[in-house]
Formats: sequence, structure tokens, C-alpha cells
Amino acid sequence: MQSFEYANPATVQEAVGLLGARWGQADVLAGGTDLLSLMKEHLHEPKRLVNIKNIKELEGIQKTASGLRIGALVTMDELAKNAEVHAAYQSLAEAAAGIPSPQIRHMGTVGGDLCQRPRCWYYRQGFGLFAMKDGKSLIPEGENKYHAIFGGGPAYFVSASSLGPALVSLGARVKLVSAKGTREVPVAKFFVTPASEAAREIALQPNEILTEIIVPAAAVHTATYEVRQKEALDWPLAAASVALTMNGRTVTSAKVVLGHVAPTPWEATGAEAALKGKTITADTAEAAGKAAVLGATPLSQNAYKVTLAKVAVKRALMEAVKTAKA
Amino acid sequence: MANTPDYHWPPMDQRKVIGTSPKRLDGPVKSSGRAKYTSDLKPQGMLFGAYLISPHAHAKVTSIDTSVAEKLPGVKSVYVAAPAGTEMQYQGWEVAAVAATTEEIAREATRKIKVEYEVLPHFVKDEDLASAGANAKQGGERLVGDPDKAFADAEAVSEGHYGIPVVTHCCLEPHGQVIQWMGDSINVWPSTQNVPGYAGDLSQRLQVPATNIKVKMDYIGGGFGSKFNPDAWAIVGANLSKNAGGRPVKLYLERNAEQMIGGNRPSAYAKIKLGGKKDGTITAWQTDSWGTGGFQAVSPGQQPYVFTNLPNIREVRTAVSVNAGTQRAWRAPGNQQASYLTCCAIEDYAHKIGMDPIEVFKLNAQYAPTARIETYRYQLDKAAELADWKKLWRPRGQNGSGPVKRGLGVAIAAWGGAGHAGKARAVINPDGSVAIETGTQDLGTGTRTIITQVAAETFGLPMSQIKLSIGTSELPADGGSGGSSTVGAVSTTTRKSSMNALAKLYEVVAPSLGAQPEELEAVDGHVRVKGSPNKSLTWQAACRKLGSTQIAEMGENVPRSAQAEGLNTQGAAGVQIADVSVDTETGIVKINRYVAVQDCGLVINPKLAESQVFGAIIMGIGTALFEERIMDAQTGRVLNPDMEFYKLAGIADIGNLVVHMDIRPENDKRGVIGLGEPPAIPICAAVGNAVTNAIGVRVPTIPMTPDHVLAALEGRIG
Ligand SMILES: Cc1cc2nc3c(=O)[nH]c(=O)nc-3n(C[C@H](O)[C@H](O)[C@H](O)COP(=O)(O)OP(=O)(O)OC[C@H]3O[C@@H](n4cnc5c(N)ncnc54)[C@H](O)[C@@H]3O)c2cc1C
Repeated sequence: MQSFEYANPATVQEAVGLLGARWGQADVLAGGTDLLSLMKEHLHEPKRLVNIKNIKELEGIQKTASGLRIGALVTMDELAKNAEVHAAYQSLAEAAAGIPSPQIRHMGTVGGDLCQRPRCWYYRQGFGLFAMKDGKSLIPEGENKYHAIFGGGPAYFVSASSLGPALVSLGARVKLVSAKGTREVPVAKFFVTPASEAAREIALQPNEILTEIIVPAAAVHTATYEVRQKEALDWPLAAASVALTMNGRTVTSAKVVLGHVAPTPWEATGAEAALKGKTITADTAEAAGKAAVLGATPLSQNAYKVTLAKVAVKRALMEAVKTAKA
Repeated sequence: MANTPDYHWPPMDQRKVIGTSPKRLDGPVKSSGRAKYTSDLKPQGMLFGAYLISPHAHAKVTSIDTSVAEKLPGVKSVYVAAPAGTEMQYQGWEVAAVAATTEEIAREATRKIKVEYEVLPHFVKDEDLASAGANAKQGGERLVGDPDKAFADAEAVSEGHYGIPVVTHCCLEPHGQVIQWMGDSINVWPSTQNVPGYAGDLSQRLQVPATNIKVKMDYIGGGFGSKFNPDAWAIVGANLSKNAGGRPVKLYLERNAEQMIGGNRPSAYAKIKLGGKKDGTITAWQTDSWGTGGFQAVSPGQQPYVFTNLPNIREVRTAVSVNAGTQRAWRAPGNQQASYLTCCAIEDYAHKIGMDPIEVFKLNAQYAPTARIETYRYQLDKAAELADWKKLWRPRGQNGSGPVKRGLGVAIAAWGGAGHAGKARAVINPDGSVAIETGTQDLGTGTRTIITQVAAETFGLPMSQIKLSIGTSELPADGGSGGSSTVGAVSTTTRKSSMNALAKLYEVVAPSLGAQPEELEAVDGHVRVKGSPNKSLTWQAACRKLGSTQIAEMGENVPRSAQAEGLNTQGAAGVQIADVSVDTETGIVKINRYVAVQDCGLVINPKLAESQVFGAIIMGIGTALFEERIMDAQTGRVLNPDMEFYKLAGIADIGNLVVHMDIRPENDKRGVIGLGEPPAIPICAAVGNAVTNAIGVRVPTIPMTPDHVLAALEGRIG
């Protein structure tokens, strides 16, 4: 990796003062589970690393009047084991618990999970975010079995964050702080499909730090279902997070968000419409799964992910109503 | 010596140490992290080496400029491996290397080497033979009997296509060495499976006398067949050291280079047609197979596997050359592929005629080499019993009511495993201490423990009283650890050298016991007269009679005469059964239980033998479910040269393993047979057959990933 300057601020204010106006000047270092690999591969070559692990105000999970505040430095392990999260946000706890290997859950932070870079193997092998060669994307005719089935390019990578879909389905927001001030962005708008290779897949600006996640109080039944092939050190092939508002056994409104199938968490509005006013049964869950993948545009090697997304929605719904009965 | 000692293994019921399972001797140092692998070493003044490798699948170096790298502070030497004009045939080809005072500087310097390439056309995909064009080369045609007539007469014919991709060895310790070249002598600490052969090979390539090359290795972090010779990196490392005034240089492959050029298992694809009778007897076999071993093409092994005496066979084998790293031996080279193709085709035939595949395998065992027929039948029954086959097996697709279906699949293996040529020296000192010295290596298989057990048994002493030296070129040469040949060799050389040393001791001691030397035996820490246990001396007292003269006797394994001698032999058989659950909605496969029945002749340490089988199955399940090297057709690059998307099994993916060592008097009397490789052979086939049995349709291509399984279920493949 490239040599770099290392800064160790103790407050957010100090930290944001150390960031740059452009990507490449400085990178925020949290658990380092992604950033160090990016640096070793020369995919990120920051001149300065701003370590935020010593900033106390970024820690902790608190229940507030309007919901839950999760500090950016909360580890995946803390999130998965937190009693409040378990009680009220099943889908989030499941998404965090699904992230493989105790080591990564203990080192990786929620801020880092939302800000991590795509795992697309063309990107990781140095072909850039859109994997362009001679003006053409390598992905449609290349090795695309782990790539997007929604979005239609030119960004074909899938959003890596497992927390993303759960947070979008819960209507969560993130707080972004820069030297100029603070803004709040819905997680649904935090993930973006980059318009160009030079852009990022998140709305974070180079001079900002993600300080916390705010999850509104949920009167909903939630679940996350991930299709994972291996038990450890692996990524979901497809996932679905659902959040249902119910009146008795009837769904009054539904959020269905797919993971690992598009450059962002993918809101399956078709499924949401299909569920409204319905009781969740094996049949309605199946129908919602089908509705969720309408309009999918699989590539040469990933038609199977359409099946997996469908199944993930069905199984997440069945699980969410299991908690509804309890 | 008056008489040649009787080297034979003691009868099964009289063994005291052989056949027992003491803990492996290297366990404590390894599990506590005290064992030094060569990649842990840091001799005085050591420099760190780093490689610059080709980013292109096929290119010519047009110019190379190392001047900037050379000037970087901390850089002590730069070596160009691919000067201008070199045509490089795959990504990862060694271009140049740097040795510097830190790893970071060395890496940084490689990025400062300016190379210009003329990029040439590449070909990297081997699955589709039709697209291979001139890259496909005839690898052989074979005709036995009259297959046309046999197919015409057949009562049933089944056809299928099958594929098993290139996988890599994934040694946790990558290839490399620490090497020091000073004047006309070399010290090298390699990660190698071949300590005894290393110096000779290096001497030829560097023109340094073999006597001036010292090789030492205590522990190796995996080889699996990929670490025999001093590779390019040894030559490059040696030159870096020489150019740096003889400072030792550590040069190991980085993980991406390890995955690209550290060796791989060739692929095999085939269309296979079988004809036979309704009773399960196969009468005709036809194979069209192809595969790749990298740029130097190799074709898949002969079909059918094991059932070699089938009367009517036609096969055409083709070797496809691709611009990718060169294959190396991979734990039973050629055999996993051959077992996969044959055992899947037989399972398809059994399905076609509506028979239980175990019965079809048993019936056709008649075509296996004569000496092994009964062993296979016995093992098929034994494996079926351990897997509850009769109770759990159902015809295809009929096992389970929900989306999760259960399936069982069977496959078989054959292997040689005779001991290689080698020598050991046994030493008895007047103070009673005993040493065994042999230039072998312990790959983690338990070689240290085995040698010590054989010596302890032979001398009638506790294992703690045997001092063992292995792992350097200064000891009597053993052979490389390949072909599962080590245990046969070292058990034989240890036994013979120990017996020879004892014979010398008996000559000295016999007069004081009033007996002839050949009437003596060494048992329970005593030297005594056979049949008169009260005429005895303690081991210590017996050795004191040597005065000041040490005994040092050699023992040799000569493969040509080993069979007659009876200490080691070849010919191992194994049968394995996979019991899996497949989620037919997601295509995800979980192993419920995996049964292995394995014979390997006389078993010196049953626990170590079982460990070899466990290890082989764990490695094999990774290949059956997850592993494949992914090549990108457009760029010619390897897309997963890492441990993230080159997916290895974790322990939670393995399921319940049941290992049964086939220890029976009829196997024991054959002598010691190697074991490292045979249990790694049938796993892809057993798992592939089990998945197919579960879901009702053949999933042709390994690994059994959701995309492959769902494609088969949804009819997206022919
Ligand atoms: C084998 C493997 C499997 C994995 N599987 C999964 C999985 O299934 N699902 C999943 O979601 N993740 C998975 N991960 C990823 C893992 O969750 C992330 O690496 C981790 O969450 C990143 O957190 P970190 O704190 O280590 O981030 P870092 O590595 O420190 O940072 C990652 C990126 O985020 C930026 N960043 C971090 N924190 C902030 C902040 N507060 N404000 C602004 N920018 C910030 C950094 O600058 C950097 O660009 C896997 C990782 C591995 C290695």
C-alpha cells in the first residue's frame, strides 16, 4: 500500500477538519476490515487516514422518544446482540447476525458497513467501478454470476451492505457531518447508483463523516432472509428485508427491500403493492415474491438470482408473520 | 553380519506401538505457534523480496526499465526474470523481483519498474471444446473390443455430460523460500515436499555443486502436490541474494500470485455413453473428454476409472491449451477428475435401468483389477451400512416432501501408494540413546510420529527414547513426499535400519547372555533371549557393552524388491458415500453425513490415518461445493485470485464425517500403503451423485453451487 499520514482525532469536529474536499485526499478509518484491503490493492490511495475509533460520541445504541440511535462505531456484533434491536427490529438484528465470521462482526462497524465499497471482482481487480474496457463494460458478456439483476447498467455491481436493505425497509436515516454542518439523509437516498465511474455509490461527500443511524420507532413486523451458500466468510447471493404494518392479520402497508441484487438496496414496490390488504399465507408470500422480481433484467449467468430473490421475499414474509403471531 | 535379520512386521497381535494411536509429536509446537515454518524465518541480515508479475494473459515484454526501482532507498537488489523479448503465456508470469530492507519498500519498488508490453491474443476458457479451435490438441484415442456391436446389442444405453473445473491448491503457506547465495555455497529454507531432491535440482539450475547447497525445512504449511521443485522463485531469490552480496532473501508468492502460478488441478469435461444389460452389467463404454492443465495442455485421464477391464471401450481425449498458470500434481493427480466422470456416468446408468447404484457398482467391480474386486465389494457394503443406505436411499427426487430433498451418492477410488526409494540411519549409543536420521519431511501427515513409532516398536523402547532427525539435506536421503509414497518408505527404512543396528548390538551382547546373536530380541526395554525371558539385560546395560563404539546402521527401501520383502506395497481402495440435503428453491447443498471407507494395508497409527481421511474429505468437500478458478474471457485474467471469491469450505460447511479405516488381517498382511491421496479422490463424484439423487436431475458440472443446481432444476442446461 501507499504510505500515508495517520491522524487520531478525539472528536467529530476535529475529525471533519482533517478530511479533504476530494476523494483520495483522506479516508475515514473505522474497523478497517474493508479499507485495508482496498489500500493493499491500491484501489484506495489516501494521503491521510483519519482514524475515528477514538471518538466516544460515535459509540453506543440509545433508545430515544422517536426510535433508536445507533452510533457509527457500533460493531456488527453489538448490533446483533442488542436487546432493543432484537425486540423491535428483528430484520436488522438478523442482517447483522448474518454477516459472517466473528472477527468481522467484532471489527466491522455499522458506519463502515454502509460505506464499504462494492465487492465486484472486476472492481477489486482494478477495472474500475463500471469495469469498462475500450469504452464497453466487461460485465454483460463477462463473469456476472454475482452481479446485479436490477438496474440495467452501466453499474452492474451489487450493493455490498447487508444492513442497507433492512434500514431502508425500516425508514431509517443517517446523520452526515462535515465542517460546514450536519444533514440527515434517508438511508433509501444514501445509497445511489453512481452516474459515472468517478462517483461513489453512496451520498456521502469526501468531507463528511457518517455519525449515526436513526431508526424510527417501529410498529411493524420485520424479518430479513438471506440466501447464503457458505456458513462463513461469504456474501449473500440474494436477500430480502421486509417490514409489515398489520391490522390484525391484514397487511396495511409493506416495505420489501431486496439486497445484493442491484447497485443499491432495491425497493420491490411491486411486492409492496401486492401485499397491501392481504393476509400473509404461503400463496400471498409466493405471489409477493413473484411481484418483487417483475422487471428483473438478469445477465448471461445470473438468472438464478431472480429465483433466489423471489424465494428470499417469500421466506422473509413467512418469518415476519411468525413474529406477528407471537 | 551373520544373518540378514528378519525384517517382517511383528504379527498384528504382538505389536506394542505400531497399530496404536499416540498423539502426533508435532501437535504441541504447532498448536502453540512455536513451530517455525520457513516463511516465519528471519536469519540475520535478511532482505524481503517482492515480485512483479504479468498483468496480461499473453504478452511480449518490449522493454523493461528497473533504474527508478534500483535507486529507491532500501532496495538492495533487482532481478529481471523476463527481459525484453520474453513472451509470457499467462497472467502472473514472473517479470522481475526486488529485494529490500522492508517488505513495504520491496513492494513499492516493484511498482516503480517500468515495463512495456505488446499484448497478444489470449484464450482462457476450456468448458466449450467447440470454441477451442487450434488450442485443442488430440491427446489420444483408444479402442478396446467392439464398442459399436456392444452398443447395438445393449439392453439399455445412458448418456450424459459432466464437468469438473480447474481448482487451485490454496496452500495456506504460499510457495517460496528464504535463500542465501554466498560465493559458491547456498543455504536455503524452502517450503517444499522434497527436501532430499531440492539441492540436486537447484545445483543444476544455478551451477553450484550440490554438496555446497544446504537445505532445511522443519514445517510446511501445505503442499498437496504443488511444492516439489525449486521453482522460478528459488532461482530469482538466489540471484537477488547473490546481487545483494549474499544476504539472505525471503521471497514468497503473494496470495494472488499463489492462486495464479502456484499450481492447479486440471479440469476435465466429458460426454459419456454407457451400454449394458438390464441386470446392471455394463458392456460398452464411450468417452469424449477434454480439459486443460494451463498453457502446457494435458488431457484428462483414461476412462473408465477403476473398471479398467471393461470389454468394449472407445475413448477420445483432447488437451486444451489456455493462457493460464500451469497445472501441478493435486492430491491424487488426475484421479478426482477420472472418478467424477466414471462414477457419475455409472450412477446415470443405474438410474436409467432403475437399479440401486450400490448394486451396479458391486456387479461391475468384476472389471476392477483382480486383486481389488473383493475389497471393493466389501467396502461398498461397509460404506452402505455406515451410511444407512438401505434405509435412506430412494430413487431420484423422491426423498423428502418439502422444498428440501435428501440424496445419497456413492463413488470409489484407487491408488498406488508404494514407498519410494530412500535411506535411513539408526544409531545406538553406548549410553543407550537411540537416534533415527533420515532426510525426509513431515508434510503435516504425521511422518515424525510414524517413524518414531516404528523405531520404538523395533527397539522395544518407549517413543520418548527415540531421537529423530529429519528435514535437512545433510541426512541420508529419503524421497520427495508425493504419490503417497512417504509412509511406505520411511516405515521400511526405519524398520530395516533399526533391525540392522540391533543385529550389531546382539553380536556384542550375545556372549554375555550365553546365546547366539540371532537368538536375541529387544522387548520392553530389555535385550533378552527369545523364549527365556529371565536371560536378559536392561537396554542400558546391553548398550554399555558397546564400550566407546557407537552403532550406526543404514536401512534402505528399494522399490523393486520391496514387494518381496513385504514391508510396504501398493494398491489402496476406497469407497465413499455422501448424504446431502438440497434446498430445491435455492439450490443450496448441505452435507448431512459423509462416509469414507478406506484401506491402506498395515496401519501404523489409526488416528493419524483417520486424520488424513478427514483432511482429504474436508478439502474435497470444498471442491465439490465451492471451489473454481474463474477466468475472464475478455481480459484473460483470473477474477478470484483471493480467499474471498475463491471459496473454501469452512468447518461449518463440512457436516458429519464418518471415517472407517478398513483394517483387516487380509489388508494388514500386505504391508504399509500410502494414504495421503486416495481419500481425496471420490468426493466430487459422491457429492455430485448425491445432489442428483436428491433433486431428480443430473447437475453435470462441479461445484454444486446454487447457479448450477437451479440451472439443472429449471431446465436451463441440456
Ligand atoms: C469475507 C467477507 C465477507 C463479508 N460479508 C459481508 C456480508 O455478508 N454483508 C455485509 O454487509 N458485509 C460483509 N462484509 C463486509 C464487512 O461488513 C465490512 O468490511 C465492514 O462492515 C466494514 O466496516 P469497517 O468498520 O471495518 O469499515 P472500514 O474498512 O474502516 O471502512 C470501510 C469504508 O467505509 C468508510 N467509512 C467507515 N466508517 C465511516 C464513517 N463513519 N463515515 C464515513 N465513512 C466511513 C471508510 O472510509 C471506507 O471507505 C464482509 C467482509 C468480508 C471480508
